[in-house]
Amino acid sequence: MAKHKTPLIDQLESGPWPSFISDIKLEAESRAKNEKGLDYQIPRDVCEDLLGVLELSYKDGRTHWKHGGIVGVFGYGGGVIGRYCDQPQMFPGVAHFHTMRVNQPSGKYYTTKFLNDLLNIWELRGSGMTNMHGSTGDIVLIGTTTPQLEEIFWELTHNMDTDLGGSGGNLRTPSCCLGQSRCEYACYDTQELCHYMTLHYQDELHRPAFPYKFKFKFDGCPNCCVASIARSDLAFIGTWRDDIRIDQGAVKAYAGGEIPSNAGAHAGRDWGPFDIQKEVINLCPTGCMRYEGGKLEINTKDCTRCMHCINVMPRALRVGLDKGLSILCGAKAPILDGAQIATLLVPFVKVEEPYDELHDIIGKVWDYWMEEGKNRERVGELIKRNGMQEMLKRCDLEPIPQHVQEPRANPYIFWREDEVPGGWKRDIVEFRKHHQR
Amino acid sequence: MAIADEQAAKDTIVEALKKKKGKTKFYLKDYYKMLPDEKLMDVKRLVNQMVKEEILEYWSSGSTTLIGLKGLGKQHATEEDE
Ligand code: HEM
Ligand code: HEM
Ligand code: SF4
Ligand code: SF4
Repeated sequence: MAKHKTPLIDQLESGPWPSFISDIKLEAESRAKNEKGLDYQIPRDVCEDLLGVLELSYKDGRTHWKHGGIVGVFGYGGGVIGRYCDQPQMFPGVAHFHTMRVNQPSGKYYTTKFLNDLLNIWELRGSGMTNMHGSTGDIVLIGTTTPQLEEIFWELTHNMDTDLGGSGGNLRTPSCCLGQSRCEYACYDTQELCHYMTLHYQDELHRPAFPYKFKFKFDGCPNCCVASIARSDLAFIGTWRDDIRIDQGAVKAYAGGEIPSNAGAHAGRDWGPFDIQKEVINLCPTGCMRYEGGKLEINTKDCTRCMHCINVMPRALRVGLDKGLSILCGAKAPILDGAQIATLLVPFVKVEEPYDELHDIIGKVWDYWMEEGKNRERVGELIKRNGMQEMLKRCDLEPIPQHVQEPRANPYIFWREDEVPGGWKRDIVEFRKHHQR
Repeated sequence: MAIADEQAAKDTIVEALKKKKGKTKFYLKDYYKMLPDEKLMDVKRLVNQMVKEEILEYWSSGSTTLIGLKGLGKQHATEEDE
């Protein structure tokens, strides 16, 4: 018998999709039975009370969570997010209901042992409920009490060799696509770089350094499987400088329908015969391709590496050999100001240890933002407020056409006086020799 | 470059915080203003050091971090809104 009657949220189980309400009920039931005979360290009915407070919120149309707190583990300013229920008498099981963020492994590769160990800790010391994974990418452990925080932290770091993730005005848990481990498109080793940066910037990850959150994401190619271009303050996106490699024989095979396009991904329905002109050439965003006389040509100078043609014909087209990454800056979700997609900062960097060029840009972006950024202002908003030109100047970057997306959107990059020989001063006498009044 | 006289810098911070009326928790940027001549990264390190020494403490909403004298003011819930 359920502890609270929850008719409103029960309705959420009626759709065809998996329901988080069913999941919570399952965990509530498992805790009630306690088949493993665990000595639960937080209230056994935590899941029941979570359902109860959620039902109340649906009834009232308002939240019953208090936001934030001083909780954390010693020496860390991130990784724990304090949450308290504002109806603790009604729902004592969730009076404290803190979230813990745990750093996920690069590319999210797990062993079953790791997952079992993690859940063993969390069933005993937390609610047993997880979110795999949060928007930032980390493992999110939902709901525990203040006294359990240090215990969980100790076990994670000592027994499981992992660490808390970021929260607050910190570097957030960096995340990456699975990259070269499984994907032929990957232009650099995203897992390696993500892991390296996570270790290198430990202090920024664990101790607040910034006006607001700051995210790194690493995508191996412009397909952006971790959505770095939309969801990170600094996006490291794999790219190449030379030509797309073309296997003309395979192009013909695609055009003739012998190889299914998009690796067969559209097989669920009959879309008619593949039309290379319509589905590849005409959809190239820069119009830089041509297919004539059974030969495909690409004008590399105009190609923006959008990946479309490669995605459609992966056996015929491959990314180039001169690989590296582009750095883009300033994406964000629409919380304070509008949503923003990242802006190109550095078009091409070779990904080579010790990653000096990357550290150099990261350092300059942080210096500028720490100095000029307002409280709770993301770096993308700072760029918008002070202009791209100022951002480039602070990063010691020369403006290039790729920094200007399109005229009338942001074409205003002006010469500064010190860049112009002689500055703004003109010799009027000399001028008048050539120009009448 | 580190801060030359750390103890003096710590005292400056504690003094400045004690003088504040009403609010008890502040953004990192407010600490920069207390030590205008120091580099931001150094002030950040010092402030985090003072948390370790349990002079200061963090308050976090989950998305934003504020820092104040340990034990002062509200320990949970939103201070800005109340
Ligand atoms: C290769 C040659 C040219 C290029 C690449 C070019 C490019 C452009 C561009 C990008 C703009 C800005 C459009 C905008 O702000 O939306 C523009 C505006 C303009 N162009 Fe050209 N242009 C060229 C030749 C010319 C010529 C030959 C003339 C006149 C004889 C001309 C007259 C103008 C004028 C008057 C505007 C301002 C329009 C306005 O303010 O609305 N352009 N041009
Ligand atoms: C080195 C040569 C030139 C430079 C640097 C220059 C620069 C500019 C600039 C900065 C603007 C203002 C654009 C804006 O406010 O959006 C402008 C507008 C304009 N310029 Fe020029 N210009 C040059 C030569 C010329 C010449 C030779 C002509 C015509 C004979 C011309 C005709 C115009 C016109 C029609 C406008 C639009 C005015 C308006 O719509 O308010 N420009 N030019
Ligand atoms: S972002 Fe590119 S490299 Fe990474 S997994 Fe996706 S397609 Fe592959
Ligand atoms: S990658 Fe995109 S821009 Fe480049 S040739 Fe292919 S479709 Fe065109």
